[in-house]
Amino acid sequence: MKLVTAVIKPHKWEDVREALETFGVTGMTVSEVSGYGRQKGHTEVYRGAEYDIALVPKIRIEIVVEDSDADDVVGIVVKTAQTGRIGDGKVWVSPVDTVVRVRTGDRDSAAI
Amino acid sequence: MDGYYAFMLVATALVLMMTVPALALFYGGMSRSKSVLNMMMMSYVAMAVVGIVYVLWGWSMTFGPNDVGGFFANPFDLFGLDGVTPDSYVAVMFQMTFAAITAALISGAIADRVKLSAWIVFLPLWVTLSYFPIGHMVWGGGFISEHFGAQDYAGGTVVHINAGVAGLVLALVIGKRIGFGKEPMRPHNLTLTMIGAGLLWFGWYGFNVGSIVFTGETEEENVAQFLSETGVTFLNTTIATCAAMLAWLLVERLLHGKATSLGAASGIVAGLVAITPSCGAVELPGAILIGAVAGGVCAWAVGLKYKLGLDDSLDVVGVHLVGGIIGTVLIGLVSSADAPGGINGLFYGGGFASLGDQVMAALIAIAWSAVATLIIALLIKYTMGWRITEEAEVDGIDSDQHGESAYDLHSGLGAGSGSAAASVLAKSTVSEGANA
Repeated sequence: MKLVTAVIKPHKWEDVREALETFGVTGMTVSEVSGYGRQKGHTEVYRGAEYDIALVPKIRIEIVVEDSDADDVVGIVVKTAQTGRIGDGKVWVSPVDTVVRVRTGDRDSAAI
Repeated sequence: MDGYYAFMLVATALVLMMTVPALALFYGGMSRSKSVLNMMMMSYVAMAVVGIVYVLWGWSMTFGPNDVGGFFANPFDLFGLDGVTPDSYVAVMFQMTFAAITAALISGAIADRVKLSAWIVFLPLWVTLSYFPIGHMVWGGGFISEHFGAQDYAGGTVVHINAGVAGLVLALVIGKRIGFGKEPMRPHNLTLTMIGAGLLWFGWYGFNVGSIVFTGETEEENVAQFLSETGVTFLNTTIATCAAMLAWLLVERLLHGKATSLGAASGIVAGLVAITPSCGAVELPGAILIGAVAGGVCAWAVGLKYKLGLDDSLDVVGVHLVGGIIGTVLIGLVSSADAPGGINGLFYGGGFASLGDQVMAALIAIAWSAVATLIIALLIKYTMGWRITEEAEVDGIDSDQHGESAYDLHSGLGAGSGSAAASVLAKSTVSEGANA
């Protein structure tokens, strides 16, 4: 099993969710996060005081999938979240040893 | 004059609204989310404390029958409104709301860091030593009105210069917030500030228009004065404020690249401050000029605190002191004999007499307020102390002083809504005063 983690632009989140659902992904964990990469923040001025807002808001999606689905899921995220401009985000895949469904105790594939 | 009496009931309630909640909203939105409740409480508490003090000895000290050296009236003559008849109660209440908002204005200079107990001790001392005497000197027949023909229709000296100087002195004595100039201290909710500024504008009609003083000998003359003068003050108050808002937006657009909502809200207040002393002294061109100058100059002046290292947190000095001086002094230039005040300023062929009077009134108010406030500020500093602990200030004064937090921010994404809009974590750096 693999953990697919994607950090994307907030306004792309709904498109990505729909595309993943169509593919067959049944659940995910989503959080509002802040960070920066090549896209730097911006400045805001309040009564003459200039604030350098270094962190950019993003959405982080975490999905556990079968090994065979990982590449497809990554492809869907990249295709739907892409605008071609700086700040589109990142996707990465990491190995997962065990998954357990809390309600039933089912393990691994049965728990996904 | 039944109509006048009914109008004053409304005007008094309008001015009360300026403190509770308008000023509290205006200031609260500009403070940080961890200290918004304390910021609002400083206004609410000012209303309560000054309200009580005013009926005990404030009215007597300002408008009582026995003048003491021209500086104040005997506080005991009308103590507790003893001897004041009920048909004067609305006049007392009207004046009381002025004292309350003046004291509340000061709180913006010392946001996020002052013990509630110290503020509650400061309030009665300050109105007693600074507000009531200056009120008496300007409106109660005391020193300034006796020796200078200075015009102050609704409180440029008594209210705004007075509060602005007090804010300056307190900010100096109490010191900066932890992290001032290094950490971001952005306004946490500008919608509150916009609502507050709008309500202040609305309430200001009570403040300015309600400040009419009758000079007629007969009922008919007073009715005629009421009908014409309220029109002038209403018009001037409105137009100066419009001009100030536009001027502020223009200046910040030129200096910083964008016209901001905070600039619009601030411009409104700067214009209202400057037209406060002058609304009965000028005609339409004067009102536009005073508003435009106040909006433009205050937009620039609020950046100075970073250069001076002065943590006047919400710009009481930059808006109320600067705006108050502009409104008070410009009367000397654009005052018109055709306005209710009946005095020609320099531009209207009146020579330098009016300008001299206005400058003197401003200087006396500045000096009196500075000395009185400094004495009280040091007294509190070296006895009970002003500030909450460093740890409490970093964690947030709301929790420390009130045991509350303004917002419950722990709800996550709305289920299925997907509107994962952005809360920008504000951990970054502040590079101060781009215009300074």
